[in-house]
Amino acid sequence: MLQSLFNTPEQKPGLMDRMKQAVARTRTGLQERMDDLLSLARPVDESALEELEGTLIASDIGVATSQEIIAQLRQQASRRQIRDGAELRHLLKAEMLRILDSVPLGQRTVTARPEVILMVGVNGTGKTTTTGKLAAYFREQGKSVLLCAADTFRAAAIEQLEVWGQRAGVEMVRTRQGGDPSAALYDALQAAQARGIDVLIVDTAGRLHTKNNLMAELDKIRRTARRFSADAPHETLLVMDATTGQNGLQQARLFTQAAAVSGIVLTKLDGTAKGGIVIAIARELQLPVRFVGIGEQMGDLIPFDSNAFVDSLLEG
Amino acid sequence: MFENLSEKLQRTFKNLRGQGTVTEENIGEALKEIRIALLEADVNLNVVKDLIEHIRAKAVGQEVLTALSPTEQVIKIVRDELVAMLGTDTARFKFASQPPTVILMAGLQGSGKTTTSGKLAAWLKKGGHRPLLVSVDVYRPAAREQLQIVAKAIGANLYEGDLKGEAAGPALVERLAKEARREAIISGCDVMIVDTAGRLHIDEGLMTEMQRLKSLLNPQEILFIADAMTGQDAVRSAKEFHDRLALTGTVLTKMDGDARGGAALSIRHVTGQPIKFIGMGEKPDAFEPFHPDRIVSRILGMGDIMTLIEKAEEHLDRKKSEELAKKALMGDGFSLDDFREQLRQIKKMGSLQSIIKMLPSVGPFQGMQQAAGNVDEKQFTRIEAIINSMTAAERKNHELISGSRRKRIAHGSGTSVQEVNQMLRQYVQMRKMFKSMGKGGAVQRRLMGSLANMRGGR
Ligand SMILES: Nc1nc2c(ncn2[C@@H]2O[C@H](COP(=O)(O)OP(=O)(O)OP(=O)(O)O)[C@@H](O)[C@H]2O)c(=O)[nH]1
Ligand SMILES: Nc1nc2c(ncn2[C@@H]2O[C@H](COP(=O)(O)OP(=O)(O)OP(=O)(O)O)[C@@H](O)[C@H]2O)c(=O)[nH]1
Ligand SMILES: [Mg+2]
Ligand SMILES: [Mg+2]
Repeated sequence: MLQSLFNTPEQKPGLMDRMKQAVARTRTGLQERMDDLLSLARPVDESALEELEGTLIASDIGVATSQEIIAQLRQQASRRQIRDGAELRHLLKAEMLRILDSVPLGQRTVTARPEVILMVGVNGTGKTTTTGKLAAYFREQGKSVLLCAADTFRAAAIEQLEVWGQRAGVEMVRTRQGGDPSAALYDALQAAQARGIDVLIVDTAGRLHTKNNLMAELDKIRRTARRFSADAPHETLLVMDATTGQNGLQQARLFTQAAAVSGIVLTKLDGTAKGGIVIAIARELQLPVRFVGIGEQMGDLIPFDSNAFVDSLLEG
Repeated sequence: MFENLSEKLQRTFKNLRGQGTVTEENIGEALKEIRIALLEADVNLNVVKDLIEHIRAKAVGQEVLTALSPTEQVIKIVRDELVAMLGTDTARFKFASQPPTVILMAGLQGSGKTTTSGKLAAWLKKGGHRPLLVSVDVYRPAAREQLQIVAKAIGANLYEGDLKGEAAGPALVERLAKEARREAIISGCDVMIVDTAGRLHIDEGLMTEMQRLKSLLNPQEILFIADAMTGQDAVRSAKEFHDRLALTGTVLTKMDGDARGGAALSIRHVTGQPIKFIGMGEKPDAFEPFHPDRIVSRILGMGDIMTLIEKAEEHLDRKKSEELAKKALMGDGFSLDDFREQLRQIKKMGSLQSIIKMLPSVGPFQGMQQAAGNVDEKQFTRIEAIINSMTAAERKNHELISGSRRKRIAHGSGTSVQEVNQMLRQYVQMRKMFKSMGKGGAVQRRLMGSLANMRGGR
């Protein structure tokens, strides 16, 4: 069942195009410079490599990862005597793909229904919206879905998810504002079991990774899920905003420590931010990106495609 | 990593002493480290380039002073340069001569507009104003309900309005805004805060809607609400919002995390407008005026000592603190009573975690930030409970506390004997530490000095 989450067997035609399109809306100075750098005419010298490093940094890939990528290129370039931009582009793309694709896709099995997906992340990244989009995504695959409103803290968070439930045509289990999120999950798990639901998606409150008491709450939520099934939650998705800078690395690190994150959803890629931080995260923490968000509508969620993503970074 | 900029600079300057002046050659390495530090703090690449050139120009040719180490000297240049870029203007507002003053909240999705609208209203209320809140976010699910709940929580006026089944769009947005202004006038509200839907700077339709809203309401303030975790893209969104709307300032939200907040520099650079406030949490009172020097320390990984001192000023009983410090450092007078008093004082300042966060991440405090993550706040309450269960005589002289007394204390405080033992061990350690610090004299003088400074403060 989880297979579906990882590599969607039958992708809708043009998904990759849509992703490219989403990012292509914004041809910016950055892309032009990148194009210029990677053009056939430009000789590959040290200044070109340095400039390229700058453009990687400008995509939020971070200094360390950018320097490493460039060091690789420098080595390859000198070894193979590469002299033109087209070849450099090819190598650059290959290097970024190598980082993204070498991340293991932790395959897990779901021994008992429901499959539990936990949505976590810092404030305002798009957890609730993505929960709604995912519900529609699974519904389209013919699965039954139940939502759990486990953000009992933020004003009107429950009402927000309720609207998404209606849009996606799925039910939602809630508790009162200020209630215990674990209790809401307990009720939802019971309901899901009783109704033979395939997928239970749990929307949690935004929390900064530095707040230990709030991170501990996630642990309690996870323990509640485990009481129902030893392998639940089956997937814990860290929802990250594509505009995030270098702090994203620490977010990924601490959420993984506290809540065993299994993958990332990169939202708001329809803006001009490139989301390059996920490359640094893949390199340092071996966390895969599962989905990208490209808008505020229900259909604006696409399974991650590393090829299209890297292309979007390089050419827009 | 980044927290060691100071150390890194020290390394690059190892050979500088005795060379007389800072030159292009000997500052090269240091500038590289500064560049990396700024980039890792999310300052925009182009802004960093500008800064580095300024810093280079200022530093080269300077005599290596004897009073300051070369590291301190360069860090001072960097700090001054960053503070200068951020400007000195703070949280001041333009108010309309003819009320209501209109404040328009603008920004990307999820940056904190609705939450900040509430915070701003609470802040204005405290300053004697009568704010009216209105949400014209007719797009995002439950966005208007969210502001409604926020308004209720802080007891601020809200114009709810009636959608009357009208389709979401600019027409509805403008109608609500107009009605709200009328409501503000009728109900005698002198400030109107308009919470808007999150939008991308490249969303033509929604950016036009915002421009129309601006010409309709003629706001005194158009605030850009930006997330402190924003990376390199901050310049593009801020610039676009500014070009379209002529922003009057920025609020940097989610500063209660561990983001360095370099976006502040980027945004200030492209808008030329001051950062006015920072958001320090999700609650309505987690809102503070912005201080350039403090965020500079943070960007450079040097802690937020000023905020810490200010917080201490606000919450600590100064006389008590001084007495405690004197007692602790000078004699063996630091009793369990004093210990308890100190715990209470610290608790008044907020969570221990938030206090430790403000300490520098370099020098003697290195590692504290990580440690902050492991602090169990409940521990405080338990320690207090343990001390509360002691007799006055025991609190004066901990050596009285025998095995059977420990059992009684554990029972009385709902803890275990182990916990009581541990607490006493910690106390004895602290006492020892204070005593040895006191003997040194220097620390004592310095502490007294800073206490005196605190007294002299505003
Ligand atoms: N443009 C764009 N906006 C998005 C995307 N995903 C979410 N948003 C918007 O981002 C804002 C925040 O989304 P939410 O789903 O409320 O975020 P959240 O993580 O649940 O927020 P908290 O629960 O408050 O932490 C909303 O305005 C969403 O419409 C996306 O992929 N693209
Ligand atoms: N930790 C922390 N969280 C904050 C701060 N300011 C806002 N938030 C949280 O960030 C999330 C988004 O805040 P909102 O006020 O809903 O953001 P918004 O800009 O109105 O979002 P949209 O209307 O969807 O574009 C919520 O979870 C808030 O509680 C802050 O200063 N610190
Ligand atoms: Mg939410
Ligand atoms: Mg809002």
